[in-house]
Amino acid sequence: MEYFVQQLINGITLGSIYGLIAIGYTMVYGIIGMINFAHGDIFMVGAFLALIAFLVAVAAGVSSVPLALFIVLLVSMALTALYGWTVERIAYRPLRQSFRLAPLISAIGMSIVLENYVQVAQGARVKPLPPLVHGGYTLFEGNDFAVRLSNIQIIVVITTIALMAGFSFVVARTRLGRNMRACEQDMKMAALVGIDVDRTISLTFVIGAALAAVAGLMFLLYYGVVDFFIGFLAGVKAFTAAVLGGIGSLPGAMIGGILIGLIETMWSAYFSIEYKDVAAFGILIIVLIFLPTGLLGRPEVEKV
Amino acid sequence: MTAPGQPLLALRGVKAYYGNVAALKGVDVEIREGEIVALIGANGAGKSTLMMTVFGAPRAREGEIRFAGRDITALPTHEIAKLRIAQSPEGRRIFPRMTVLENLQIGGTVSDAADLSADLDRVFTLFPRLRDRQHQRGGTLSGGEQQMLAIGRALMARPRLILLDEPSLGLAPLLVQQIFAAIRTLNEQDKLTVFLVEQNAHHALKLAHRGYVIVNGEISMQGSGRELLQRPEIRAAYLEGGVR
Ligand SMILES: Nc1ncnc2c1ncn2[C@@H]1O[C@H](COP(=O)(O)OP(=O)(O)OP(=O)(O)O)[C@@H](O)[C@H]1O
Ligand SMILES: [Mg+2]
Repeated sequence: MEYFVQQLINGITLGSIYGLIAIGYTMVYGIIGMINFAHGDIFMVGAFLALIAFLVAVAAGVSSVPLALFIVLLVSMALTALYGWTVERIAYRPLRQSFRLAPLISAIGMSIVLENYVQVAQGARVKPLPPLVHGGYTLFEGNDFAVRLSNIQIIVVITTIALMAGFSFVVARTRLGRNMRACEQDMKMAALVGIDVDRTISLTFVIGAALAAVAGLMFLLYYGVVDFFIGFLAGVKAFTAAVLGGIGSLPGAMIGGILIGLIETMWSAYFSIEYKDVAAFGILIIVLIFLPTGLLGRPEVEKV
Repeated sequence: MTAPGQPLLALRGVKAYYGNVAALKGVDVEIREGEIVALIGANGAGKSTLMMTVFGAPRAREGEIRFAGRDITALPTHEIAKLRIAQSPEGRRIFPRMTVLENLQIGGTVSDAADLSADLDRVFTLFPRLRDRQHQRGGTLSGGEQQMLAIGRALMARPRLILLDEPSLGLAPLLVQQIFAAIRTLNEQDKLTVFLVEQNAHHALKLAHRGYVIVNGEISMQGSGRELLQRPEIRAAYLEGGVR
């Protein structure tokens, strides 16, 4: 029982990170109907930028951890957003009128470019970050097992909830959010009423990348290491989360993320840690076969 | 305002293509400020294409489109909308997963935020049904309600020129009359210039000051609404056997 509760906590933490990445997949799919395969690598770039920002902040003499965290958060979000914007601008927009597979192939290319670029620029070795946030709480004990909730886990989950709430508000209530939904539902009509569709799509990539940057920072804090390849697995799992939740659906991405995090953690805890990635891929296949629209997705056909 | 004698919208020698298939083969149309102009023609003649070409989708590959004297042929679609040309397009294209209110707000994208509530009021006065249903999702409205919403959404832009593509399609006769009465009111009271596509040639030509007939991507006839109604070719092709 204690062991199970502990895995639950770990799974939700991991799932929050997947959920933040999954939002980027789901938003881009919603608006231009394309799977942005480079998104996992944008997350990886975000983690690296966070690491670099930490080192710079420390070198600049920032000694308060919360302040450093806050600066790093803003800097990595801004720079990663720039990466997201650039990728869309150079690799996807020129292909928008092209055949359906073209941007997809371009996305796979971008993914490889980003991975190699980081590998060359930062080296292939794993980069560590000394633990910055210490401590936590022992929730309860029993059977020689203490259920721990670490401060990092609290930070990850609370940040995720806050971002989700903020982002849901933007989509539901602001002019930008309304424009995004309009482009998603009927791009041609959106242009007819005067919405700058290209700009709205750019902003979607920017927001998705900024959220991925937050996920990257959380990953860095939680695991303490990054390398150029983390984007691939995390990307596939977040993509699975988006499909499981129903691609195109924001709450779906979050719920899917948590579920994938839980499944992966439970699988590792009770079955085999070696095959934990197989679990995620297995779910992707099962969902695609039996539940192609996901948990909260809507069927393709719609009466208009 | 446009200089006297200068048309509000002018298409000269406009050619538009889908792939390599020509849909408009050199079209000349002029619409003056304050007019209601009808465009009639058979299915597939190119009426909707003409309306969309004004917005650059598809873009005119040859020829020139001017609005209020300005060349808009190469302007991006959303920039054209900012000049206050609004369209209620073929198929209505209501945003299905947005409420009626949101659809109308979206229609006001090019307007001042300060005007929003006054503009909403104007639309709700014209179509009271929309006020009652303002929190319903667009996709669940009836066909007639969607038509009202499409016109209302276009009006939210405070347009100088409104393009209406088959506003009476699929509506009961009483609703058709209501929509046509609304168009007349907008034209007479608000001096709104209207460019109207209709299958319902009889109604449209009675309402319009002038009309154009399009056949196979080319303008084949033009004249005042009354004049066109009398022409035997038009009676034979678009009226007899069809409408009253
Ligand atoms: N998106 C498209 N791709 C290819 N061809 C198209 C497209 N849209 C229209 N066409 C073709 O262009 C021609 C003109 O079509 P358009 O929709 O303008 O006709 P219309 O006069 O509005 O007809 P209707 O009265 O049926 O609405 C038709 O032959 C049509 O098949
Ligand atoms: Mg048509």
